[in-house]
Amino acid sequence: MKNLLTFNRKTVVNSIGLILFLILPFLTKSFEQEYLISFFSMILIYGLAAASLDLILGFGGMISLGHAVFMGIGGYSVGVLAFHKYESSSIFGFDGTENALITWGVAILIAGVFGLLTGAVSLRTKGMSFIMITLAFAQMGYYFFVSLSKYGGSDGLSLYNRNELLGLDLGDDVTFYYICLAILVLFLLIAHRVVNSHFGKVITASRQNEQRVQVLGVASYRYKLAIYTFAAAVAGLAGALMTNQNEFASPELMHWTKSGELMVMVLLGGMGTLFGPVLGAAILLLMEYFLAMYTEHWMVVLGPFLIIVVLFAKNGLYGLLVGSKDKNV
Amino acid sequence: MLLFIEQLFNGLQLGVMLFLMSAGLTLVFGIMQVINLAHGSFYMIGAFVAATVTLHSGSFLLGMVAGLSVAGIIGMIVEMTILRQLYNRNHLDQVLATFGLIFFFNELTRIIWGRQPLFMDIPSWLDGTVEIFAGIEYPLYRLAIIFVGFIVALFLYLLFSRTRLGMQIRAGATNRDIVAALGVNIKLLYTLVFGLGVMLAALAGVMAGPILAVEVGMGESILILTFVVIIIGGIGSVKGAFAGALLVGMVDTLGRAYLPTILSLLLSSELGETLSAPIASMSIYMMMALILAFKPNGLFPIQSRLDS
Repeated sequence: MKNLLTFNRKTVVNSIGLILFLILPFLTKSFEQEYLISFFSMILIYGLAAASLDLILGFGGMISLGHAVFMGIGGYSVGVLAFHKYESSSIFGFDGTENALITWGVAILIAGVFGLLTGAVSLRTKGMSFIMITLAFAQMGYYFFVSLSKYGGSDGLSLYNRNELLGLDLGDDVTFYYICLAILVLFLLIAHRVVNSHFGKVITASRQNEQRVQVLGVASYRYKLAIYTFAAAVAGLAGALMTNQNEFASPELMHWTKSGELMVMVLLGGMGTLFGPVLGAAILLLMEYFLAMYTEHWMVVLGPFLIIVVLFAKNGLYGLLVGSKDKNV
Repeated sequence: MLLFIEQLFNGLQLGVMLFLMSAGLTLVFGIMQVINLAHGSFYMIGAFVAATVTLHSGSFLLGMVAGLSVAGIIGMIVEMTILRQLYNRNHLDQVLATFGLIFFFNELTRIIWGRQPLFMDIPSWLDGTVEIFAGIEYPLYRLAIIFVGFIVALFLYLLFSRTRLGMQIRAGATNRDIVAALGVNIKLLYTLVFGLGVMLAALAGVMAGPILAVEVGMGESILILTFVVIIIGGIGSVKGAFAGALLVGMVDTLGRAYLPTILSLLLSSELGETLSAPIASMSIYMMMALILAFKPNGLFPIQSRLDS
């Protein structure tokens, strides 16, 4: 917390970012571009997912190529509960609901449990195997929902309207935007405390030299599994928000290219910076948005752009903004 | 029973395709320590080039030669220009850069060939069925795929165990610095190994052409299965790739064919109906998790400085 209050370049950058996000709805209104607000909500939601990935990727050094599956699970939690509400049926003895407090909670819970189970297996491996096994588990989730014909299969699941949250009108794009922003800021504050705690230090130390951590008598596996589960749960919440944003849950949400995009966001913004991935999400989505206006074949530009970023830009854009010295918060 | 034997052959055929994909990739992983997500792109390129050449020339063999050469050349260019920069980088950089390559190749294919899938005919001399056992007919083309797969496996076995090049490749997988110090041109060796892997992937793509649709994204769906194979077999092990490929091919095919029936007997009818297809599609991933729980480095782990 102390770090946040000291006046330095990073505080300035973060404050400007926060203020910008706070006034964006007013800007879009004064420029009469209100349709853009859902696009900005999308940036916040992807930012949340990318920042959660940063916890395991940037701080923990665990290269997970399957993070989107947790978003998908969160998204389907909301979708399936709404589906049963419309049908007035029950699932495993529970009635369907559109109450966000329940659906988002369920999304966090199920994504977290799936993260715990798959993490327990995946973290037994290292290096390349870890990358491939997280990818394989994500594809498992993808094919599970693709063949789950009761909930739409590959066509996905549509919602009639967004969830209800304490009497707020989530159907209003601006309200929904501010809720996403509040959740993102809350997460960043919590995550900031986590990575600077004893717990977070163990995670960072395991990335740098796991053997030494273990020799010191710390069971690093449990710490890594805990942060993996936490990140999965947060990604689940991001997925729940995404389904609300689109009023649609689809297996595409957990396609492995989505996991790749989340990784790209983390790298573009700067690994191990928490705030960077939010910036990275903004850059990637804006790039897609503007490239798509000029050509439908925008991926042919984005691909080489990625390669160039990887080969030449080491610290991401956030690293450029705040100076790369104090990279790890 | 007849159906079961046919399914066994289908599993074998899928396994052989997966072996062609994973043999090259596991070498790239094991020897160069590079994680290459773009391997599926070469599978796709091989299929597209072969389909086009076959369509215009009428000769499947000519299409195959064209597909393999074009993919091989593109592969070696990619190795020399991009992958070479990544050998000393961490895995994350490799993942992201090759992810960018997939974007590029997929979109380029879409620009050149459009969004409609291409269709390839089975060459007339491989059309029809043969009787393998009394009363069991099996498509000749699929048998040919199985045959080619075993020939390639034999070729790789002889290459690795009987030739100097194979010895250098094996040595390179164990310790590349020592091999380089002994005067082997390691750069050239890497390019050759990569080219070999790419051509095997393209071969799989060409042979898949007549039985699957040739479309953008075809590489990614088989790539994930290939990863499962490599994890199960052990990174860097061609023998492991062979065993893993056949195992995955069998379990996936038989799982899809019989698990729904078995599950619907075990579960209540409503739940069984909803869950049987999804669970069948998950069978290989569960097998992978099970194997890794006991053998984290796969069935045939390679002893190297991989984890150091």
